Amino acid sequence: MLACNCIEPQWPADELLMKYQYISDFFIALAYFSIPLELIYFVKKSAVFPYRWVLVQFGAFIVLCGATHLINLWTFSMHSRTVAIVMTTAKVLTAVVSCATALMLVHIIPDLLSVKTRELFLKNKAAELDREMGLIRTQEETGRHVRMLTHEIRSTLDRHTILKTTLVELGRTLALEECALWMPTRTGLELQLSYTLRQQNPVGYTVPMHLPVINQVFSSNRAVKISPNSPVARLRQLAGRHIPGEVVAVRVPLLHLSNFQINDWPELSTKRYALMVLMLPSDSARQWHVHELELVEVVADQVAVALSHAAILEESMRARDLLMEQNIALDLARREAETAIRARNDFLAVMNHEMRTPMHAIIALSSLLQETELTPEQRLMVETILRSSNLLATLVNDVLDLSRLEDGSLQLEIATFNLHSVFREVHNMIKPVASIKRLSVTLNIAADLPMYAIGDEKRLMQTILNVVGNAVKFSKEGSISITAFVAKSESLRDFQAPDFFPVQSDNHFYLRVQVKDSGSGINPQDIPKLFTKFAQTQTLATRNSGGSGLGLAICKRFVNLMEGHIWIESEGLGKGCTATFIVKLRFPERSNESKLPFGPKLQANHVQTNFPGLKVLVMDDNGVSRSVTKGLLAHLGCDVTAVSLIDESLHVISQEHKVVFMDVSMPGIDGYELAVRIHEKFTKRHERPALVALTGSIDKITKENCMRVGVDGVILKPVSVDKIRSVLSELLEHRVLFEAM
Amino acid sequence: MDLEKLENDAIDGVAQLQKQLVDYSASLFEEAFLDEQFNQLQQLQDENNPDFVVEVVSLFFQDAERLVNELAKALDQQCVNYKFVDKSVHQLKGSSSSIGAQRVQRACIAFRNFSEEQNVEGCVKCLQQVKHEYLLVKNKLENLFELQRQVVAAGSSLPR
Repeated sequence: MLACNCIEPQWPADELLMKYQYISDFFIALAYFSIPLELIYFVKKSAVFPYRWVLVQFGAFIVLCGATHLINLWTFSMHSRTVAIVMTTAKVLTAVVSCATALMLVHIIPDLLSVKTRELFLKNKAAELDREMGLIRTQEETGRHVRMLTHEIRSTLDRHTILKTTLVELGRTLALEECALWMPTRTGLELQLSYTLRQQNPVGYTVPMHLPVINQVFSSNRAVKISPNSPVARLRQLAGRHIPGEVVAVRVPLLHLSNFQINDWPELSTKRYALMVLMLPSDSARQWHVHELELVEVVADQVAVALSHAAILEESMRARDLLMEQNIALDLARREAETAIRARNDFLAVMNHEMRTPMHAIIALSSLLQETELTPEQRLMVETILRSSNLLATLVNDVLDLSRLEDGSLQLEIATFNLHSVFREVHNMIKPVASIKRLSVTLNIAADLPMYAIGDEKRLMQTILNVVGNAVKFSKEGSISITAFVAKSESLRDFQAPDFFPVQSDNHFYLRVQVKDSGSGINPQDIPKLFTKFAQTQTLATRNSGGSGLGLAICKRFVNLMEGHIWIESEGLGKGCTATFIVKLRFPERSNESKLPFGPKLQANHVQTNFPGLKVLVMDDNGVSRSVTKGLLAHLGCDVTAVSLIDESLHVISQEHKVVFMDVSMPGIDGYELAVRIHEKFTKRHERPALVALTGSIDKITKENCMRVGVDGVILKPVSVDKIRSVLSELLEHRVLFEAM
Repeated sequence: MDLEKLENDAIDGVAQLQKQLVDYSASLFEEAFLDEQFNQLQQLQDENNPDFVVEVVSLFFQDAERLVNELAKALDQQCVNYKFVDKSVHQLKGSSSSIGAQRVQRACIAFRNFSEEQNVEGCVKCLQQVKHEYLLVKNKLENLFELQRQVVAAGSSLPR
């Protein structure tokens, strides 16, 4: 045999098995060569592959493995030693590379695995996000539904529509089987089924209010799951095999107008709730989700507000309608009243004119008749006619005045007038009447009462006369006292007139006149009626006294026009009564005190012809002169007191005496002493009476004496009317020493 | 017819009386028994004081009577109290001037002068004069009043 370096194969040459091995090796080799190619190709394709060199390693490993198997093909037959060497080399290399690769993989595979884990994680996250997106979308849809629902609910102010819409929309949004609303009855003890979704006209089921399930729902403002078997949820007859769906109930607060306070949000302290019951479809295995419950709660609140708005609107509409009706009625009433007043005024005006014309004729002709020759009986008759017609004329005037007063068309005639003389005139007018009844009338005028005032003299006198006349009329005996003074602020406050607020000012003063009588008195209960027109107290005593009942009403109007107040007090029947009134008068311009020339109101060039009521004192020891002077002064209307001695003068004199006439030419008696003593007694100038000296001669000594003691005027005897008149006039304008001869 | 005549007679009678009164009044003034002051007094007479003049004049007469007597007594004294005399004359003067008895007043003035001089005879003489004048005017006034009464009684008011 040849020494060939051939290696004998290990296996016997079995042809079939050899063939199969041959083929398998061939294919293995093929695969082994193509796998790296594929790898390279696909890795090249992919952008991201961090482990290229691993791939190289792997590729090498596979190539060598392939090479090994390829070379193995030659070992199936006789092969040379080179082949064997190559084969061995290839195997060795392969072993090395594969070991290296194996070692390398130990490091790499965990990395590769973690990549995978991250991938998985991200995938999970993505899935979760997807789910959440789905949820959000659902919620957004729900929100949209709520808004739409609310919009539907709030777009109407009709209560019925609101509730119906609520149920419909809720049913639609949540796909409910049934939705019902239970309202509290008027008694508040039961809940009545008012609205349902599916049933058109719910029969009036009622359930008592105090069921535990209802209390549970009412006690919380959340939607509460309740059992489908509770009485509020058993609305439909369900066949036995149906499993009823879950039921949820929520309270709907019914807010009232009184719940809305200003600056305060309404607290749900109201006890009135309605109950809304929502049922999921049966057999649906659906469950109430949280967001659905929230939706229900929101809707319930909105419904509550919408209902309250509807209620408020209803009430305000009703109130407005009522007001409109009342306005119309009032307007009508006002127009009717105006028509009535106008008719009455027209009637009064016409009647007054018609009545006055004949009355004037009667009065005028009766007066003329009085002037002619008459027998005493005739005179008496004429006087009675005159008195009666005067009374009638007064009555007519009163009625007209009263109607004008009530219209407010009467205006005071303001002028300057002598305030003191008003009282004296009243006194003089009332004295004869009073003396017939044997009543004594005393007049007290306060010293600080201004001589002149600005106001309505006629109406003031009318008022005083009326009041005094009443005093005389209703007194059978006793005395009547009239006091007049300036009301100071203290006394202004002490009477029962809560709404009379007198205001002191420099221009005005308040004259207070009080007339007290000791007559029949008035029942205190009748006092409020006194000032109402035509009301008479019906006692026997007063019935005969006459009087139309208008006098005091008119006085009250006049006093009110003069911004004053009048009232009457009486302690009872038979205890007399006191009538008091306060009126506001203006001060006259003070030209009295200053030495300025006369103001236009005080007629400078005219001498006053009469001095009614002026209180004077005459002191003269000569009886005849005294009588003459007294007579002269009385003729001028003065209220004269005549005395003969100085002491007597000082005894009698008071602040009421305005002038003192003293005879200074009495021998042995110093008449001037009286002047001195008077000056001592009355220190204030306005309190002191004016002093006029009567003297038989005006020589130097007399003049000096007069100046010395401070007399205000001198008259030369014998005294005459003119002399006295001029002296008094001048004195009343200003007190200056001058002489009248 | 007769009635008319009677009426006319009556009216004539009244007119005559009135004329008499007026003439008498005028004479008194002319002879200075009365002066303007008396007119003043007469003006004071009205329905409130219908007898004012008569009253005042009566008062004067009483006063004058008294004063004259007192003066006579005073001047009779040994030691004449001139102060008293002066005072009384002054009073009389005042009274007479007040009612307008002019002549009495003038007599009083004269009396006073003498009394100031403390002339007794003069005073006495004056007193006589005063007394005389006073009695005269008293007489006259009484006549005047009587006439007035008649006129009033005759049915018409006094002429002024």
